[in-house]
Amino acid sequence: MTLLITVFAAVITTVLWYTRKSDKLGLGFLCLMFWGASLMWFVDAVFEYIELKEEYFTPALEDMINDTFLGLSVVALALVVWVVRLLITDPRGVVKRSLQSRAAR
Amino acid sequence: MACFTATVAEAVVVKVIEKVEANKEIRLAESGKHVEESEKIPMSRKLKWLTSLLIGGSFLLAFEHVWHGEVVPWFPFLTAMNNPEDAAEMFREIATVGVSMAVLVTVVWVGMCIAADAIVKRASKNEEADA
Repeated sequence: MTLLITVFAAVITTVLWYTRKSDKLGLGFLCLMFWGASLMWFVDAVFEYIELKEEYFTPALEDMINDTFLGLSVVALALVVWVVRLLITDPRGVVKRSLQSRAAR
Repeated sequence: MACFTATVAEAVVVKVIEKVEANKEIRLAESGKHVEESEKIPMSRKLKWLTSLLIGGSFLLAFEHVWHGEVVPWFPFLTAMNNPEDAAEMFREIATVGVSMAVLVTVVWVGMCIAADAIVKRASKNEEADA
């Protein structure tokens, strides 16, 4: 489930990155982050499949729920990292303008 | 257990190479010896893609290990280090799963670089044909 959720996140962010005229929001970094994690979990899944064989595709309900929560938490964490990076790099100068206008008051 | 450490190690090495390559490109551009065709993507930019793939992926994978209680905020940080049997298993996992992860990410990155170069080359050819 974690792998599936991360792959969906990777595909959605890639489509968003592709449809934007410029990458001022740094979506490219978010895409690479999700794709990197997806590739790593894919390898993890392959090794797990080699070990468990067909049992891999019939996980216990409790494990599935835990994996779903983990997948969603991973997406949330990646989005938080992306937003923090966006605010620090401030490519549109929004934070800078906001801070300057407050300092002028 | 700690498979992400292999990709973290690769990410550190690639980041250093990326910085060296970026400095080399700046020096070449400043000295005017830079005769590279304008349509080529700089190597430092390509290395940045690999760094983002490795660092981003490793970070999210590390979070998974924290979730499963395999990484803790106190020494020795990896719970598998508490007994020799678990430590041996952890090293075996790093050598198999971790190295495979690093290899797959690098192979995908090589494919990305080849595809990106081909796209840029095709675009410049089309521009020349239109002109």
